[in-house]
Amino acid sequence: MAADGHDHSPIKQFEIKELVPIDLFGIDASLTNSGAYMLVGLGLIFGFLYFSTGGRSLVPTRLQSISELIYEFVANTVRENVGPKGMQFFPLVFSLFMFVLVVNLLGMIPIPGITFTVTSHIAVTAALALLVISIVIIYGLYKHGLGFFGLFVPSGVPAVLLPILVPIEIISFISRPISLSVRLFANMLAGHIALKIFAGFVGLLLGAGFWALLAPLPLALTVALTALEVLVAVLQAYVFAVLTCIYLNDAVHGAH
Amino acid sequence: MAETNKIGGADGAHKDVHTSTGAHGGSAESKFPPFNTETFAPQLVWLALTFTLLYVLMSRIALPRIGEVIEERRERIQRDLDTAERLKSDTDKALADYEKALSDARSNAGAIARETRDKLDAKVAKRQAVVDAEIHDRIADAEKRIQDTRTKALASVDEIATDVAGAVVKQLIDSDVSPADIRSALSKG
Amino acid sequence: MDPEAAKYIGAGIACLGMAGAGIGLGTLFGQFLSGALRNPSAADGQRGTLLLGFALTEALGIFSLLIALLLLFAV
Repeated sequence: MAADGHDHSPIKQFEIKELVPIDLFGIDASLTNSGAYMLVGLGLIFGFLYFSTGGRSLVPTRLQSISELIYEFVANTVRENVGPKGMQFFPLVFSLFMFVLVVNLLGMIPIPGITFTVTSHIAVTAALALLVISIVIIYGLYKHGLGFFGLFVPSGVPAVLLPILVPIEIISFISRPISLSVRLFANMLAGHIALKIFAGFVGLLLGAGFWALLAPLPLALTVALTALEVLVAVLQAYVFAVLTCIYLNDAVHGAH
Repeated sequence: MAETNKIGGADGAHKDVHTSTGAHGGSAESKFPPFNTETFAPQLVWLALTFTLLYVLMSRIALPRIGEVIEERRERIQRDLDTAERLKSDTDKALADYEKALSDARSNAGAIARETRDKLDAKVAKRQAVVDAEIHDRIADAEKRIQDTRTKALASVDEIATDVAGAVVKQLIDSDVSPADIRSALSKG
Repeated sequence: MDPEAAKYIGAGIACLGMAGAGIGLGTLFGQFLSGALRNPSAADGQRGTLLLGFALTEALGIFSLLIALLLLFAV
């Protein structure tokens, strides 16, 4: 696998390959492997949710109960973090969660030369984070008007401290989309690079004569890391959804 | 939704163009793929497309479908629970009725038994009284008879005594004494 | 100093940041365990919070790993 390390650098897997060149009013809108993975993810999500609930049986089939479990899980997350008024955002949070989850997990399926993780690109995660934060700001302003900025003024604090605290609150608000996007991006990127590096050790050791005896060690580590990465893939999708809910809570309920 | 998505995506792309170009300084050969700004546009276009589509499909079709099933099941379960509750209360009522009937019957049976016992007691008492009276009569008769016999016997004793006394006197003094005299003599003694 | 060498040294130093994440994860799971052993019945309800904390803490360590990786591959 990593026999000729030159061509198989750990970042090779993140390369974007153009599949179908499309030019849309001067914007490069080519279908790339990233876009293809998004489409596959979209198809999987919708196909699964649609066909698993095909029977709409009162006593759910196995697949239907999976759909219902995911539905209830996300619905409970929204209900707990935003409250009943936040259920209007349920489709948004559900879409975000499913998209990130499925795309993360698709990246964990190893297909030589093809495997690609959409969320390992900062452009995608930043776009999703900015989508969330713009909805928070726009909805907050629409709902509370300028009172939305009361968010930056912590209640029950002596007025003397406000000049210090307000800038801190503003910085923490601005850092939200950054941390939201970088967290997902960095987790996916670092996880896949670590996997690739440890898998590369297996190849290096196998090609090193006597030291091939040690090859099972990095292999075992790779297996363990794969399990951890699957956990991280699910957790990061959940974290993305939960943080979205927490930010939406500010928009729905305004300053505390 | 789609609008915000696109705007947000464009902003994100814009911001990263600067950082990326700043960091790289034009080493086109070993560009780090996530920071390669040339690939941002197609990624964002397809992200906007797929995510908007996903959102529409989820909010219009998939989620209402699942929500409907869950809601229907919840209603059905609620209805079944209500029915069960009603049936249970019916059962409880029937059970209470039964208990009441049972206790009524029990108290009735007790009353009947008491009545019968009283009746029998009365009958027995009456019969006893009759028998008692009969026995009493018989005893009285018997006593009377004994008394008669006794007086009769006593009377006979007097007579015999008189006779014996007359005979004894006659033997002793060889004279006839009138029975009347003997009698008076005996009664004196 | 050779810029290439500086890159590698910088990547190594950046990885030290992961020690903080390690301490944080240890504290997180240790505290959870001690709390869970004190009151096992309440532990199940907090497992989601635990995983959320795990992901948030781990992400901070990943940030420094990311800096190291960027130094190695992107600069």
